[in-house]
Amino acid sequence: MKGRVLAAGRAEGRALVLDEPLSLWGGMDPHSGKVIDARHPQQGAQLSGRVLVMRAVRGSSSSSSILAEAVRAHSAPAAILMAEPDLILAVGAAVAAELYGVGVPVVVLSPDDLALIADGAALRVEPDGTVT
Amino acid sequence: MRLVVLAAEALDARRLIPITGAHVDSCLYHGEASIDFVDRLLDGGARVAVPTTLNVGALDLLHPELWRGDRSAAERGRVLMERYRQLGCTPTYTCAPYQLAFARPGIGEQVAWAESNAIVFCNSVLGARTERYGDFSDIACAITGRVPDAGLHRDEGRRAVLVLRLADDVPRGLRESDALYPVLGLVLGSRASSRVAVLDGLPGGVSEDRLKALGAAAASSGAVAMFHVVGSTPEAPTLASALQDRDAEEEGTVTMADLRAARDQLTTAGEGAVPGRPIGCVSLGTPHASLAEMEAIEAELAGSQPAPGVELLISTSRHLLAEAEESGLARRLRDSGVELLVDTCSYIAPVLRPSPLPAMTDSAKWAFYAPGNIGVEVVFGSRRECVRSAIAGTVWRDPAVWGEA
Repeated sequence: MKGRVLAAGRAEGRALVLDEPLSLWGGMDPHSGKVIDARHPQQGAQLSGRVLVMRAVRGSSSSSSILAEAVRAHSAPAAILMAEPDLILAVGAAVAAELYGVGVPVVVLSPDDLALIADGAALRVEPDGTVT
Repeated sequence: MRLVVLAAEALDARRLIPITGAHVDSCLYHGEASIDFVDRLLDGGARVAVPTTLNVGALDLLHPELWRGDRSAAERGRVLMERYRQLGCTPTYTCAPYQLAFARPGIGEQVAWAESNAIVFCNSVLGARTERYGDFSDIACAITGRVPDAGLHRDEGRRAVLVLRLADDVPRGLRESDALYPVLGLVLGSRASSRVAVLDGLPGGVSEDRLKALGAAAASSGAVAMFHVVGSTPEAPTLASALQDRDAEEEGTVTMADLRAARDQLTTAGEGAVPGRPIGCVSLGTPHASLAEMEAIEAELAGSQPAPGVELLISTSRHLLAEAEESGLARRLRDSGVELLVDTCSYIAPVLRPSPLPAMTDSAKWAFYAPGNIGVEVVFGSRRECVRSAIAGTVWRDPAVWGEA
């Protein structure tokens, strides 16, 4: 499948399909890489190195900073796949790439394509937005 | 400028348009990445091109003695807040810039605001126009004085597509209570996600403080950046005007069961939320309390003090605190045992007295984020329930609001 690239990069990792939307600010500890949102069904899940699959986004405008800080702390997700464009995560990824030279690809897939991705699947994301 | 162009690409914009102001959230310290970024801007000689207010920072610069955490973290937080002043931003340090007369854009004005509750208030209540900017893109727009001509900056992006109405089974006591708005906001956010919704059938002229609570909740449970309330918000004098004379994509009702479920979702304390169980603190003023809200808290206290060992804290802005000092309101609140916090928020800065007991709040946003951020269990309630619980030292429930269940 191929999506629209919001932040380009190459990444590999296992999919982590979020059951509910997650705001990275207040939802992810950028240093441990874990989900800290007490109401989230995947509280405690490790996001570092995973390809995060988000069907919808929510919450805070500070999530750009959390993504950049997670990249600095080497605990960021490997890539983020979404069903709708999100400026906040795209900008966080772009700033992290500029400051630290590490790209977290952010790609928008069609909801149908996104629904095909199973939790735990091994994925590869290419700079042109191809996901295999 | 590269960040603004990237934002334009993400939003599918064909051109950039000028703005008259900005509100920047990037001044809250999240780690060294926050400082690495602003230092890159300062090294490049950047200055903001438009009047720019600042969101909350990591600590209360006016009352640093309230900080209970690691000193070095406070110092880095302070450095970041100072760096954004050096870029030419006004040190307002508030999540409610719309409460400051000099920072309120008019209807139709194009601005770049960050902070999810401020974004939704700006679009919905002020009728000014901003997209959902976040850290880094906010200051990038402020420096360039430009935003992408897309989304909520354009008429068509502001059209409501979802209509929500309160079901008949929602009792009058709740309809008239402050407690309705955060809870309804939570339902709105989860139903709307990032869509523009319109609430129909509420009484006209809902106050700014209630709309603030509604929007902050909706922006916590969803990615809501704008809503309409027929008869209360400027682009919804009628339902048809909110829909821009087109059909809604979806219509729904919000029942008492939905509202009870949302209320229960806001409380994490389980058995600790049962009436009569002890609480450790009460935190009010998220988003930052207005003067009217501080006066309402004073009236609810009616000369009483919080029970021994129970902390009652209000977060507000330094500008409104100055007004409250002037009028004597701040002194009267302090005399009643209230702590006043500015420049930050009690779910960001380590300011609450450590306690194994639950914290109580009237804010859906505080209830949403405090458990993850500062590790407390939360009991959600109306302002009246919160203040009376603080006085009693134990959870008090108002039978007039929620009925029997």
